[in-house]
Amino acid sequence: MNAYLLPLTGGILLGLSAIWLLLTLGRVAGISGIAWGSIAGPDRGWRWLFLLGLLLGGLPTHTVLGQPLPDESIAPTWLIAISGLLVGIGTRMGSGCTSGHGVCGLGRRSPRSVTATLTFMTLGMVTVFVMQNLLGGGA
Amino acid sequence: MKAWPALVSGVLFGLGLTLSGMSDPAKVLGFLDITGAWMPDLIFVMGGAVIVTFILTPSVLRRQAPLLASAFSLPGKQLLDRRLVGGAILFGIGWGLSGYCPGPALVSLLYGYESTLIFCLAMFAGMALEGGLSQTLSGK
Repeated sequence: MNAYLLPLTGGILLGLSAIWLLLTLGRVAGISGIAWGSIAGPDRGWRWLFLLGLLLGGLPTHTVLGQPLPDESIAPTWLIAISGLLVGIGTRMGSGCTSGHGVCGLGRRSPRSVTATLTFMTLGMVTVFVMQNLLGGGA
Repeated sequence: MKAWPALVSGVLFGLGLTLSGMSDPAKVLGFLDITGAWMPDLIFVMGGAVIVTFILTPSVLRRQAPLLASAFSLPGKQLLDRRLVGGAILFGIGWGLSGYCPGPALVSLLYGYESTLIFCLAMFAGMALEGGLSQTLSGK
């Protein structure tokens, strides 16, 4: 089987998930916004259901379909914690993440989302470059 | 508002993230490592997702209202501001440090790894801190 068939199929499912949520409830499938809204926002019910579904949806991949579990990250704990902190601060400040800006926002042709996506993609690549080449591959 | 469609959407999303390899931080870092042993998998994930939303979103938004809610709840902001770019910069750095962004990190809680749990707790802490931090930085 083509090595890129699974990534492509998974990607199409992500797109369909976003379209379904927009079509039925009129909501954006942005995970950072849904996660934060599930504890801080009004209308928590649909957000909790989405997050429950997210976990349920991950199960059959590894049980029914038999995909091997990804290995645990080898990054040290302090780096994981800083990473999570920056992702939390950044996604709220910038109103979205890979899903809200990347998948949904690009689909709406939103200039804000195009800007955000280009920015976080670039910074992700620069960060990996710095870690790998200048700091000796910490991650 | 009926909420059950969100469960369907979540299941599709969780399936998509795990099937595509997005829940594997090594693959994500491999994709971001453009000058090293580059792994193009994520091009296909993002490409597949964006092709679907790019083609279908306009026709959905041409409707008066969603099927099961009274109105579309879309971000109202149009302006490109410092918060948007600053936030995306911080998010990009955080993403590149571990290979985790919010969706993959949350679905990876299934695997029971300590590092994923720490990431998610730190992420929620960051979200909680953001309001106060931004106010301090802007001097309000």
